[in-house]
Amino acid sequence: MPDTQALVNDFLNKLKKRKIEGSQATARQTAELLRSVISQQRVPYTNQAGALIDAMKVVGEQLIAANPVELAVGNIVRRVLHIIREEDLSLTTAAISGMNLSAVSDDDDDGDQDDHPVLSAAAVAAAARSTLRPPSLHTLLEDMPDSAAVPHTSSSGGDSEGKSKSADKSTITRKLKHDVIEAVNELIQDIITCHEQIAEQAVEHIHQNEVILTLGSSRTVLEFLCAAKEKKRSFRVFVAEGAPRYQGHLLAKELVARGLQTTLITDSAVFAMISRVNMVIVGAHVVMANGGVIAPVGLNMVALAAQKHAVPFVVLAGSHKLCPLYPHNPEVLLNELRSPSELLDFGEFSDCMDFGSGTGSPLLHVVNPTFDYVPPKLVSLFITDTGGHNPSYMYRLIADYYSADDLVIQRKPTTGN
Amino acid sequence: MGAQKKGATRVSEDADALARQPLQAVLLADSFATKFRPITLERPKVLLPIVNVPMINYTLAWLESAGVEEVFVFCCAHSRQVIDYLENSEWHSQPNFLVRTIQSHDSISAGDALRVIYERNVIQGDFVLISGDTVSNMSLTQALQEHKERKKKDNNAVMTMIIKRSKPSPITHQSRLGTDELFMAIDTSTKQLLYFEDKADHSKGTISLDKTLLADNPSIVLHNDKQDCYIDICAPEVLSLFTDNFDYQHLRRHFVKGLLLDDIMGYKIYTHEIHSSYAARIDNYRSYDIVSKDIIQRWTYPYVPDVKFCGNRSIKLERQGMYRASEIVQSCSSQIGPFTVIGYGTKIGNDTKVSNSVIGEGCTIGSNVSIEGSYIWDNVTIEDGCELRHVIVCDGVILKAGAVLKPGVVLSFKVVIGQGFVVPAYSKVSLLQQPTVEDSDEELEYADNSSGTVEISSIRGTADKLNGEMTPESSETHESELGSGGVGYIWSICEGGHEEEWRHSIAPIPADKLAEITQTIDDDHEFLTQDGTALPPSGELKSDSYSNLSEDDEMEDSKDDSAYFEKEVEATFLRAVHENVKVEHVILEVNSLRLSYNMTSSDCAGAIFYSMMKLSLETPHASASELLQNATNVISTWQRLLKSYLPETDEEIEVILKFEEMCLESGKEFSALFAQILHLLYDKDLIEEDAILTWANEKEGADESDKVFVKQAEKFIQWLREASEEED
Repeated sequence: MPDTQALVNDFLNKLKKRKIEGSQATARQTAELLRSVISQQRVPYTNQAGALIDAMKVVGEQLIAANPVELAVGNIVRRVLHIIREEDLSLTTAAISGMNLSAVSDDDDDGDQDDHPVLSAAAVAAAARSTLRPPSLHTLLEDMPDSAAVPHTSSSGGDSEGKSKSADKSTITRKLKHDVIEAVNELIQDIITCHEQIAEQAVEHIHQNEVILTLGSSRTVLEFLCAAKEKKRSFRVFVAEGAPRYQGHLLAKELVARGLQTTLITDSAVFAMISRVNMVIVGAHVVMANGGVIAPVGLNMVALAAQKHAVPFVVLAGSHKLCPLYPHNPEVLLNELRSPSELLDFGEFSDCMDFGSGTGSPLLHVVNPTFDYVPPKLVSLFITDTGGHNPSYMYRLIADYYSADDLVIQRKPTTGN
Repeated sequence: MGAQKKGATRVSEDADALARQPLQAVLLADSFATKFRPITLERPKVLLPIVNVPMINYTLAWLESAGVEEVFVFCCAHSRQVIDYLENSEWHSQPNFLVRTIQSHDSISAGDALRVIYERNVIQGDFVLISGDTVSNMSLTQALQEHKERKKKDNNAVMTMIIKRSKPSPITHQSRLGTDELFMAIDTSTKQLLYFEDKADHSKGTISLDKTLLADNPSIVLHNDKQDCYIDICAPEVLSLFTDNFDYQHLRRHFVKGLLLDDIMGYKIYTHEIHSSYAARIDNYRSYDIVSKDIIQRWTYPYVPDVKFCGNRSIKLERQGMYRASEIVQSCSSQIGPFTVIGYGTKIGNDTKVSNSVIGEGCTIGSNVSIEGSYIWDNVTIEDGCELRHVIVCDGVILKAGAVLKPGVVLSFKVVIGQGFVVPAYSKVSLLQQPTVEDSDEELEYADNSSGTVEISSIRGTADKLNGEMTPESSETHESELGSGGVGYIWSICEGGHEEEWRHSIAPIPADKLAEITQTIDDDHEFLTQDGTALPPSGELKSDSYSNLSEDDEMEDSKDDSAYFEKEVEATFLRAVHENVKVEHVILEVNSLRLSYNMTSSDCAGAIFYSMMKLSLETPHASASELLQNATNVISTWQRLLKSYLPETDEEIEVILKFEEMCLESGKEFSALFAQILHLLYDKDLIEEDAILTWANEKEGADESDKVFVKQAEKFIQWLREASEEED
């Protein structure tokens, strides 16, 4: 336990100090941290899933509070919670269907005999509830009978189940933890490979002799463009430099290194250039449940320009960037203001900030927001690792990844600081 | 974060240290200054909140993120408070960041602190030296690497100073942080620091550099727009240097300047300039104000109020740089202006206006209050209709209805300001009485801190008593010096301190003050242009070590020097007289003074003669004849001393000139005796006739007023002339 606590603290520190940059890295590290927390977590005899979920929530809450702007942390915490619930359910259903003979149970007591009716009742109730809610398109398409059959039980249902199945606890416990860790490993794998999965779709979207515009730098975009290039597509790329951090310069360098015809423009030239562009492809910080995008600063301008000239505006986002929250949600911090030193040189402007004379109030205020919010109506298409989606479809996609119970990570009044 | 107090595993540091030398830091949790009095009488400076977070947290958070693994916090004044705070803070339970405290009660300066640390033998390699009131977000990697590479090539590169560009004000000659304008000469290619002056004389607008500086270095750049961040990367040798030179007190004034002047050991100091990151030290009230504003304006990102970098409460940033914590009760009609921070649980009443201010936690602010540019700490009660502009209000202060705080006021802990009382500008109010030893003079800040700490403990007791007594008293209408119901003492502003008060105050410099300074500068310029060609006062010899950057400045400088020198010689002489020191020893001492001040023997002769005359003047006497008797006694007793500095006629002339000057200025009583004493000197063979005659000849062409003494001695001179003719 102290080990995990030290790990958690370490990660918390990094998050607080804004030391981890990029949602992919954050997501991966969060998932890895949660995996080790799960593996270290001692699970009680009763209510294993509940215990795991509680442990996740305690850690998750800290992580989210550490950097509320990095929504990927919350996404991963919710994903892991969802995984625990799903695995728990699949085990339970397996228990109902195949275990009435209690063949698997190596436990000795007879209590399970009495418990079974209760258990099945709960499961039936859950199943009944699930029939009221149509299974999502995604789960229908992909053959996942276990999770699809009984999705999203309420926490009360989970509790009753937990108590009821004390019988075959040890097996289930071991099995549950094992399965959860397996699933989290898969999640980590997904996060790591999301670039390739997105990039695979590149040829379907980028056509011969097209002009693509992008702003700033995103690894997803870089991989996407390079994948198209590798498939012998010839096209040109306009890169807007992405002030004030000018990451576009880095992207341009990378693209040129891979042999792509690249044009670097200033952010302010985007509107002038957009009429020549066939498609805008950008990365995102987070995709909200309504299909809105929190993206590097300047993208709203690009999106508006694209709309004006009816240029498709395509957003690439790994599934870890899908956030189950809506932008009006009070938990969502839409922006972070970074240091003004990225915009201007402190030394040069130090006389503007000499509060020793005059009224003593600062006349110069430098605002350096990190993100823009692009409303869903400006986005033409999302490309995630599962394929291309319309903004209005986002909430369904999100329903596959997250459980409705976890949208608000419970806040305990005593631990919040 | 409740659960994380469980004993975090600590790596055994012995094995670790040997393996790869963890980066260490020395954090001085005492500024060894008195600039923040009276607040610092009750709480150490590093625990004073800046934007609602104790200063030391900014420093520690930065050190932690800069990759420092072990910090030695040196506590001196109020060490208990600092240690208690650190033990209860989250810094104590960080896995990869060890915070250790070193306690000392008798250190009175940074130099002492480093000597104590040296004795403890805890520093193994290069370390970061920082004081606990520094806010920074710079990355140490590059500076550290540069430092290490230099160290590898040249073992004498012992220190790297972090500097940052920041333009000083052309009018007040102080940086935006309220410190004096700083002059640095830096070698452009190696970044070696060659010259450091933080106490330049601004009245003339000139500084002087050593000529060799220009001769030895192919290119140097002289900067006045660099700010010293007080972050140093030091080699372990620095500690031993402090131990070897036990008189080093101040890190800059003694250590840096000492190393720069000392060419025997050849230690070198380098600079590292930071551009995009921030670093500043909170040195005085002005810098407290400025750094607070920089933090609110996010220059210190990620150490800004809405990032929880050290377990502070979560605060949300709203439009126009307004930061609000949770649980704030705010009236609809109140107006919270831009660049404001409001702490957890604060209540703000109707029609209250707040702008450019920081308000702490749990404050209660009434209706119709106006707060502008002020720093209000925790649990302060401000009743209706108060007015606060550019002030600091510490914890637990109560402002009764209608109280007005003028700009620059500092209210220390738990002061109560009476109803409708107007606190005058720049006053400091405390429950503790002002220490009787007045020591706010900056130069003394190191010497007097010991007395300060002692005082504190003694005052402590009385303060507690005072508190106990005051509380019942304040309930009855009792007229104190802070209005009815007020509790506390207004500290008197020390003599001459008022001039400086506006420089370091929390309040901006008033426009009329600025105009006044501009006016005097202009006047000075006129004066200079008129007087620029005037000859230096007689007898001031130009010393070779100065290059002629500016005529005026040099004169100024050497004049200063010779004044000090004279004083020193006089002190030596008086000691010799009182303690019956042998003449040989006095000569030795004076010689060493002469060398250290780079003076000529004529200066010595002048100075010794001056001291002798002064002594005889100060010996009680009733009449001129008694005075003459005194002078005769002194001269005959010490003639050997004086004689040893009179090898040539030139020196003898110097003595006569000195005497003449003295008769005109400090020792008017001698003017009547001029001829007699001159004769006496001649009799004692101290002054040859050649000297007297040369002097007389020189004076031939002088003004009438100058010739007073020549005339007085005319007979004597006449006699001398005749005597010499006879000899011929």
